[in-house]
Amino acid sequence: MITVTDRRVAVWQKKINVNVKVAGSGPPVVFLHGAGGLEWTEFLDTLATRHTVYAPVHPGTTAGDPDAIANLDNLWDLVLYYYEVLDALGLRSVPIIGHSFGGMVAAELAASNPERVSKLAMICPIGLWRDDTPIPNWMIVTPASDIVKLLLYEPDGPIAKQMFGESNTETVIKTVWSMACTGKFVWPIPDKGLKKRIHRIQAPTLLLWGKQDKLVSPVYAQEFASRISGAKIEFIDKAGHLPFVEHPARVAGLVEDFLLA
Amino acid sequence: MYISTFHLMPHRELPDDFEKRYQSVWVTPPFHELADAKRVGQYYNWTLDELIAAAKAGSDGVCTNEHHQNAYGFMPSPNMMGSVLARATQGLNCAIVQMGATLPATQPPIRIAEEYAMLDSISGGRLVAGMPLGTSQDLNLCYGISPIEQRERYREAHDLIIKAWTSREIFAWNGKYTQLPMVNLWPRPIQQPHPPIWVPGAGSTSTFAYAAERDHCYCFLSYFGFKSASYSVREKYWKVVEEKGRNQNPYRLGFLQLVGVSETDAQAEKDYAKHVEYFYHKMLHLPAEWLGVPGYQDYQSMANSFRNPMIANAFMSLKEKRYKDFLNDGYVACGSPATVRDQLKDLSESLRVGNLMVLLQIGSMPHELALKNIELFFREVAPALRPIWDDEWENHWWPAGLRRKVHRGATA
Repeated sequence: MITVTDRRVAVWQKKINVNVKVAGSGPPVVFLHGAGGLEWTEFLDTLATRHTVYAPVHPGTTAGDPDAIANLDNLWDLVLYYYEVLDALGLRSVPIIGHSFGGMVAAELAASNPERVSKLAMICPIGLWRDDTPIPNWMIVTPASDIVKLLLYEPDGPIAKQMFGESNTETVIKTVWSMACTGKFVWPIPDKGLKKRIHRIQAPTLLLWGKQDKLVSPVYAQEFASRISGAKIEFIDKAGHLPFVEHPARVAGLVEDFLLA
Repeated sequence: MYISTFHLMPHRELPDDFEKRYQSVWVTPPFHELADAKRVGQYYNWTLDELIAAAKAGSDGVCTNEHHQNAYGFMPSPNMMGSVLARATQGLNCAIVQMGATLPATQPPIRIAEEYAMLDSISGGRLVAGMPLGTSQDLNLCYGISPIEQRERYREAHDLIIKAWTSREIFAWNGKYTQLPMVNLWPRPIQQPHPPIWVPGAGSTSTFAYAAERDHCYCFLSYFGFKSASYSVREKYWKVVEEKGRNQNPYRLGFLQLVGVSETDAQAEKDYAKHVEYFYHKMLHLPAEWLGVPGYQDYQSMANSFRNPMIANAFMSLKEKRYKDFLNDGYVACGSPATVRDQLKDLSESLRVGNLMVLLQIGSMPHELALKNIELFFREVAPALRPIWDDEWENHWWPAGLRRKVHRGATA
């Protein structure tokens, strides 16, 4: 049984007191969540059996401190802020796994200071843009409940029911604010210049992509891989934008192998 | 009471099944399927003619506002309309009420300071400077402004505009969203230190506080009528005004009301029912999600509106309502002159409204009918409403040259 603890880390002139979920033992790995916020799932539990998993929440989404987001103006601030979070956790050079928005942040960290990111695993990251394959804007999906069709291979399946079945007001509030705080760095088009910086990534890189991802099309896997030397792609069949939720054992296995290699 | 005529410049001829065939009146309606550029030119001219007719009929002000990519009201530049109105109303005691140019949509924001100063100059000091935040669908969806930054952009633009109007010295502006090395505004407004400022809003407490702190007039733009606004205005707005140490001058509050006047109540129903229904069924046909993209409201306001979805529920149930419901629920004030007078007196007293704005061209209402409504309203209704508040309060949020004398001790 994995115990997940909450740790508060004060950074950015102590103006941001961010919550970091920590679990497991072994070599460290950082997980950066997507636009919808952090959910501790089976995937992270599995990783925590052989690693110490650090999962900071995006600034502004720590309970009780929604205005923390006002201290970071742009992507440059966010990247520097994350170096401070890594410093505060005592992580000099660490593997980072990022999903979607978190994947973009992980790529920016690895590109801006290759020494800080020892391995980079991105799960359906955003950050690049093709006019022929635009990424639907997840913040304005209407009706809002249709988001499940963009996220999951089986929008009517058991995972959908578990994640989106009951509409709980407090969960909605949490998700909306997480989208607001992450949206600050990518609105209205999630292309903020990574293409100019991505070539600087030196970390061994693994890209994991749901073969049926309807939010960020799998064509973007090649867009990322072609710009990062030696990057490997693993497509997950019967998975949408949340492959680590849809197939936790398979994705955790691939990530484990990558981290241990 | 001061009464201004508001116009949205709507598409008046959408197909009957518009709301079934199309996703939204805002952001996504296809222009070439739904409109014709020459016909749209006619709408703009009708709009201007109706506002000028209102000014000639005795309207204290004429109001235009800014919206984008929609058939609901498409004046992307209210200042272009205001400019025509300023010129065409020369010699009339009519304020040019810009409700107005959306602050976070204009970069650099001194453009608004310049254009408003031009309007104040052209009109001979008759400008009311509206400073809207802008809707989520306009600013976030159409103009790409990051929702979570919108209010901060607004506040910075507000401060810059006022400094640009009032500073005698050239200054450098080192803002987060705008940096300017040498601000030295030409022209300057006639009204000194600056034209009166109105802050339009939809009832959020943070905007109440913002307007009260800065001593601006807050204008409640609600389509759900004065009955639904009553709690928010009485229990929140006027309390916030008091907490901020301001007096209870009713001219601190503006309120927008849809109005239809006819010879009798029955005739009003014949004249206006279908246009009122067109307005609520088609003009407000847009996904509720687009009214507030994540970040558009601050955390607390957003959490409140999910926990107590009063406005969202009212919005979602519009299409179930018919004319009689809109009338009974006070969304619209329609009827004979006596009926409308009573409703608007009730409105002004229950909300403590000094600056009333009336929407007299509603949705599909054709030009001739709009002119009839305007004529009847200002001849039969407005004269009875004007004296309200005049015995006690001066409208400090009105161009000084157009203010009426306060008759202390006179009865309202």
